[in-house]
Amino acid sequence: MQVVVAKTKKKPLDFIADQIPKLVLSPTILMTIVFIYGYVIWTGVLSFTKSSFLPNYKFAGTLQYEKLFENERWGVAVDNLFIFGGLFILICLALGIFMAILLDQRIRAEGAIRTVFLYPMALSFIVTGTAWKWILNPGLGLERLVKDMGFENFTFDWLINSDMAIYTLVIAAVWQSSGFVMALFLAGLRSIDSSIIKAAQIDGASLPKIYWRIILPSLRPVFFSAFIILCHIAIKSFDLVKALTNGGPGYSTDLPATFMYAFSFTRGQIGLGSASAMMMLAGVLAILIPYLYSELRGTRNA
Amino acid sequence: MKKFKKSLLAIAASSVMSLSAYAGEVEVLHWWTSGGEAKSVAVLKELLEKQGHTWKDFAVAGGGGESAMTVLKSRAVSGNPPSAAQIKGLDIQEWGELGFLTDLDKVAEENKWSSLMPEIVSKVMKYDDQYVAVPVNVHRVNWLWVNPEIFKKAGAKVPTTWAEFKDAAEKIKKAGFVPLAHGGQAWQDATVFESVALGIGGPEFFRKAFVEHDMKTLQSDKMVEVFEVFKSLKQYMDKDAPGRDWNIATSMVIKGEAAMQLMGDWAKGEFAAAGKKPGKDYLCVAAPGTQNSFTFNIDSFAMFNVKDPENKKAQAALAKTILEPEFQEVFNLNKGSIPVRLGMNMEKFDSCAKDSMNSFVSTSKSGGLVPSMAHGMSTTSYIQGAIFDVVSNYFNSDKITAKEAAQKLAKAVKASI
Repeated sequence: MQVVVAKTKKKPLDFIADQIPKLVLSPTILMTIVFIYGYVIWTGVLSFTKSSFLPNYKFAGTLQYEKLFENERWGVAVDNLFIFGGLFILICLALGIFMAILLDQRIRAEGAIRTVFLYPMALSFIVTGTAWKWILNPGLGLERLVKDMGFENFTFDWLINSDMAIYTLVIAAVWQSSGFVMALFLAGLRSIDSSIIKAAQIDGASLPKIYWRIILPSLRPVFFSAFIILCHIAIKSFDLVKALTNGGPGYSTDLPATFMYAFSFTRGQIGLGSASAMMMLAGVLAILIPYLYSELRGTRNA
Repeated sequence: MKKFKKSLLAIAASSVMSLSAYAGEVEVLHWWTSGGEAKSVAVLKELLEKQGHTWKDFAVAGGGGESAMTVLKSRAVSGNPPSAAQIKGLDIQEWGELGFLTDLDKVAEENKWSSLMPEIVSKVMKYDDQYVAVPVNVHRVNWLWVNPEIFKKAGAKVPTTWAEFKDAAEKIKKAGFVPLAHGGQAWQDATVFESVALGIGGPEFFRKAFVEHDMKTLQSDKMVEVFEVFKSLKQYMDKDAPGRDWNIATSMVIKGEAAMQLMGDWAKGEFAAAGKKPGKDYLCVAAPGTQNSFTFNIDSFAMFNVKDPENKKAQAALAKTILEPEFQEVFNLNKGSIPVRLGMNMEKFDSCAKDSMNSFVSTSKSGGLVPSMAHGMSTTSYIQGAIFDVVSNYFNSDKITAKEAAQKLAKAVKASI
């Protein structure tokens, strides 16, 4: 009764209260529409034009896409993305789970160790790239160090070998991100109901068996979100490449993102660059849509 | 915040304007921000301010000007370009085609520009047969920088052909030095490639390949030979070359770690900064086989359309001042390049610059003067990029033969025309 009275009395205020969430959100929504989706659409439009130096709107059909797929450098960039992305995700996940399991054994100084592993994530990829550039430089870093220790025949020149340079990117990226994956899994491990594990122990299951049969399967959601995040890092990778190899030697470590940048902004081929950007978007969507689908369906079932 | 700054600037500018009622303002976009370069720009500013105009500096750091160009594009698209911007080579044509550049013919006529510089240079400065840009300096790209000390120790002779280069390099390698300092970046690979092509094929071949993009020339046996010689240089470089900056490669020659470097005459600035004297501590000779040719790289300012009549006057004054002997001398002494103006008094310049000037003048008559491909003088940025890709990839990969590389070159150029 009282509530009803209050409602009728405070009608103007109520109206404002109703509108406030919309008011607060609208700038964000507007900005998202303009600066994210608007520019995505603009890029899409540009990819069908003859834009070269500056954007123009002479329709060119799928010419830019044809040019893109004929471009050898784009082929290299896509191959590299598969090599780099595949290895990076796989190694990061494996290493992350492994470290998380080791850390989960109730050891001393766990907090300190966790910080040590997680710390690389705090560095930007530019810093990581620059540091690894020095470490991997044959005349300056590892190779020199081992040679100076007396192993004259030791060579480790991946950074300057156009066939192996792509793997140096994997090394640096894994170094940076595996700690983060570990933290994700550690949180997942901690959230598992201990009574299930205790029950398994009472049933006489060995520790590896408990991990393999109970703990890891229940980490499926964590595994999934880690996978999605790593995928994004891999496809977006730009700063690491710029700092570590700058796409070289030659263009052997080019990734789609560096390709896009080079063609849109330094080569004056905005149309071609936009086409490559759209292909990257397609790649992201190919991962994202199945993920969203499974997520949304999952919540409905639950 | 930006808007606030802008309005502050506007207030400042208008107060200056009201003080000197006849003065216009020039806003100049450039990327000369390093020590010697900044000094050179300050000279221009001073000369202009003496004439009563206001100089608004618009410096965007970053060698090569990539970031400067990005800023310029956004300013131009939003309808607010600066009065002048450091644009060079065929990019001038692109900007001209887009209709952004102003016609400088009046200034050019008054000051007889056409008689001041070789025709091949003035051609670069014109769009649609009208002057739209002013050249500032000329760099010679086909230089070989030599550390004579190492040559003496190794008992080698400074090479004048690519065959002699091989002999000398072998001797130097045996003596335990790096024969050729290099930085493995695409533009540096292309700079070396271009010198090899000019040395082996000569200016006619060079022009056919990189200016006219003649498909036959690009796939010819001569081009295959160029690729072979180019690749053979790799064995004379040290292993750490990939990704190295050009000035670090130059410092290897300065420090006596490496015997030679193929690089344009901006390298002289590094020698000068290290207190080295030409002819004594280092030698500058033409790249093997290119004694009678000159690959030029010209910095220039393109002039944009401005509306305000006073600012237009200031812009014309800027254009005129750039080509005057006073500025040409001071600027180029600081920059390490040579004046673009013919018939200058070269007394204050060092022996390398004098050599450079002599061959600039003589090759402009003999036909040996060619535009640099590696520095965007001969082709549009797309074709240049395509050539860079092929050259750099071939140089760094052991899987491609010289013949395949020549075919790839032709294909890549054809695809980007």
